[in-house]
Formats: sequence, C-alpha cells, structure tokens
Amino acid sequence: MYDFDWSSIPGALPFLWEGMKISLEITVSAVIFGVVWGTLLAMMRLAPVKPLAWFAAGYVNLFRSIPLVMVLLWFFLIVPQLLRSFFNLDPNTDVRLTSAMIGFALFESAYYSEIIRAGIQSVPKGQVAAASALGMTYAQAMRLVVLPQAFRNMVPLLLTQAIVLFQDTSLVYMSALADFFGAAYKVGDRDGRLVELLLFAGAVYFFICFAASQLVRRYQKKLNAHVAH
Amino acid sequence: MNYQWNWGIFLSPAASGDSTYLGWMLSGLQTTVLLSLSAWLIALALGSLMGVLRTVPNKWLSGLASAYVEIFRNIPLLVQLFIWYFVLPELLPASLGDAFKQKLDPVTQQFVSAMVCLGFFTSARVCEQVRSGINSLPRGQKNAGLALGFTLPQTYRHVLLPMAFRLVVPPLTSEFLNIFKNSAVCSTIGLLELAAQGRQLVDYTAQPYESFIAVTLLYVLINVVVMTLMRHLENKTRVPGYLGGK
Repeated sequence: MYDFDWSSIPGALPFLWEGMKISLEITVSAVIFGVVWGTLLAMMRLAPVKPLAWFAAGYVNLFRSIPLVMVLLWFFLIVPQLLRSFFNLDPNTDVRLTSAMIGFALFESAYYSEIIRAGIQSVPKGQVAAASALGMTYAQAMRLVVLPQAFRNMVPLLLTQAIVLFQDTSLVYMSALADFFGAAYKVGDRDGRLVELLLFAGAVYFFICFAASQLVRRYQKKLNAHVAH
Repeated sequence: MNYQWNWGIFLSPAASGDSTYLGWMLSGLQTTVLLSLSAWLIALALGSLMGVLRTVPNKWLSGLASAYVEIFRNIPLLVQLFIWYFVLPELLPASLGDAFKQKLDPVTQQFVSAMVCLGFFTSARVCEQVRSGINSLPRGQKNAGLALGFTLPQTYRHVLLPMAFRLVVPPLTSEFLNIFKNSAVCSTIGLLELAAQGRQLVDYTAQPYESFIAVTLLYVLINVVVMTLMRHLENKTRVPGYLGGK
C-alpha cells in the first residue's frame, strides 16, 4: 500500500496561496471582460444590421468549436511574440499572465454571449415595443428596459459559468505560470509527493466549486420564489 | 512583421523519417477521434446508469448518484486527468499498479488514463441530461406502468427510458461535441493527439502559424462533421408532438 506523507503541504501553503491568487485574478478578469464583451456580442447578434450579426455569429461559433487548450496554446506560444513586436517590449518582459487573461476573456465571452442572448430573447417583445412607443431609441430600450430584466434572470447561469471558468483556469499550467494547480504540481514534483499534492489540489477545487454551486442553487431558488409571487 | 509563410511544410518529410508533417497531424487527428469515441461509450453507459439511479425512489441510490455527479463536476478536468494518470496507479494494490506502470507501454498508459478520465468526467454531464429527460416525462407514465403490474425496473425498461432517450438526444449532442474539445486537455500528459501534434509541429518546423491554423481548422472540421451527423440523428429520433417534433 502507498505510504501517505502530507508533511510537505503546510510549509507550501503561502506558495499555494500565491497560486490561488493568480487563478482568482484570471477568473475575475475573464468574468468581467467576458460579460461586457459577451453583452456587446449578444446585442450585435440580435441587431438589425446584418454585418454586425454575421461578425458576432462567426466569432461565437469559432470560439465555441475549438478547444480551450488550443486557444490557450495560441495565446501562450504565438500571441506573446506578437505583443512584444507590436509594442516594442523588452524580450524579457513577462507577458504570460496578461496573455492568459486575454485568452480566457476572449474565449469565455463567446459562452457568455450565448447565455446573454438567451436572456435577452426571454424578455417579451412587447417590452421593446412599449419602450419605443414611449419614444426611447433602440439603445435606450436595451439599456433601461431589456437588459436589467434579462440580467436578473441570467445571474445564476452567469455564476455557474464563472465556476466552470475557475476550474478551467487550471489549464494555465501549460504555460508554466504558477496558478494554484501549477503551484501544487511544482511542490509535489520538488518533494517527490505528487500523489498527496494532486489529491490536495483536487480537494481544494472540489470544496470551493461545490460550496459556490450550492450558493448559486440557493440564490436560484430565492429568485424563482420571487418571480412566482 | 516579416514572417515567411510556407504551407508546403506539411508535405516535407518529418523529423521522424517515416512520415510527413501532414502524416503527424493525421495521426494526431486519429488519436483524438479514437480517444473521444471510446470515452463517449464509457460516458454514455455510466451516465445512463447514474441518470437512472438519480431518479429512483431509493434515497441511498439517488444520493450515491448525486454525490458521483458533484465529485466529477466540481474538480477541474486537468486535475482529474492527473489523478487518474499519476495518482491512481500508486494507490492500487502494488501488483496491479506495477502491472499498469511496467507491462503497458507508455502510449497505452496515456491512452487508457485519458479515455477513462474523459469517460467518467463526461458521464456526470450525461447523467444530468438523462435525469432531466426522465423527469420531464409526465408523472402519469410511471404510475401507469406500475398500475399495469410492471415492476419498477420493467417500467424503466419499457416505458420511461425509450421515451427519455429520444428526448435527450439534442442535449447529448453538445456533450458529444464537448468530449472532442475536452480531449485536447489530454495533451498535458504527453498523449500525442491533435493539439499535441500541433505543438510538436511548432517545435520541429518553426512554422507556428501554419501548424496552429491547420490544427484549429481540423477541430472546426470535427465540430462540423459531428454536428451534421447529430442533426440527422436528432431528426430521426424527434418525438412527434413535442417541441421541435414533427
């Protein structure tokens, strides 16, 4: 039987926490950017201007048909060189975190845009008609009438997607950037305790994501009860 | 930017000597497809079983199934993969673990771990779809089955499942697409599937744009093919009278 030895974990906690901060940073920035850019994409896709709708549909379908790993490979191996030559950066500047953030944000916004589009379409058409009868422009109707209602219904889905995104950030391991998982792997590799560190990492992810998804579920129930009244 | 485009690179002999770079890509494509299809079989079988268990009246069985789903849904795929590949062989009884590590060649080890990992990971998602398919059936169907004297397993076998499986085909399409995309994660344990071949091509040919564009397009192609096939299946299995039915 395998001899467990968990002793390398307590000393590594500060390092693992630094990693967790990177994971959270990437998650939060990708959620914010993803929701903003995703909303714009969803509005473009529903807009009466054909080229805008085509662009948004093409963007969303492209990103949804390629694996996140492939997108990240682009952003780890190719985009940094482009960024360096474009902005004339010093070749030693570390752009990995920035390009990881951009990669995740562009990828996730395709998924967010689909959630938001469904949310916008769930608002009854009469609402837009009423807004324009009141003299509002299309943009005003969206901003003041449609989006506030759409977002309230979408919050649980957006949060669930954020949990998925948090799990996906473990893939920055590929770029050797020490996010939480990368840090755990490094410690395990250094101490010859990969088994313990991988199990520990799995347990931490499970605890965070399970707790978060339970909170989302509770919020969803509250929302449903509120709507039913 | 003065990049030298060279699409002919794919036809030039690869460093391995016995193939061209195009050959490398196609062997990666083959691994991706094989891996995804075999993992899909596991996912479908386990997912259906767990999905049924989630809906049975027995509290213990449904609790077990929902714990299963929570575990596989709340741990990142990459972490699960590493646990299957690095941790599990250590925890198995010594004889079994050693057999896995020593008797099998590395490629088979990687493939088996990746297949099992993807299969279990996806089965939790399939389970949720099957459960919601069964739950979406009117309650009267189950009661009618029982009233006719069917046992519970017979009710599932002859009444609930034939209907539920037809209803879950469209949501399963997207899980089927996901398994191809998720298989790219397996490049991290060294399995030479499509994404890994793309990466290797960059190292060997120094033509990163051509390699990555080709690999990306191949993933888009897989997506289009799977979607077309599933559309046909969806049309075949659509239930008249339901939303989207004939």
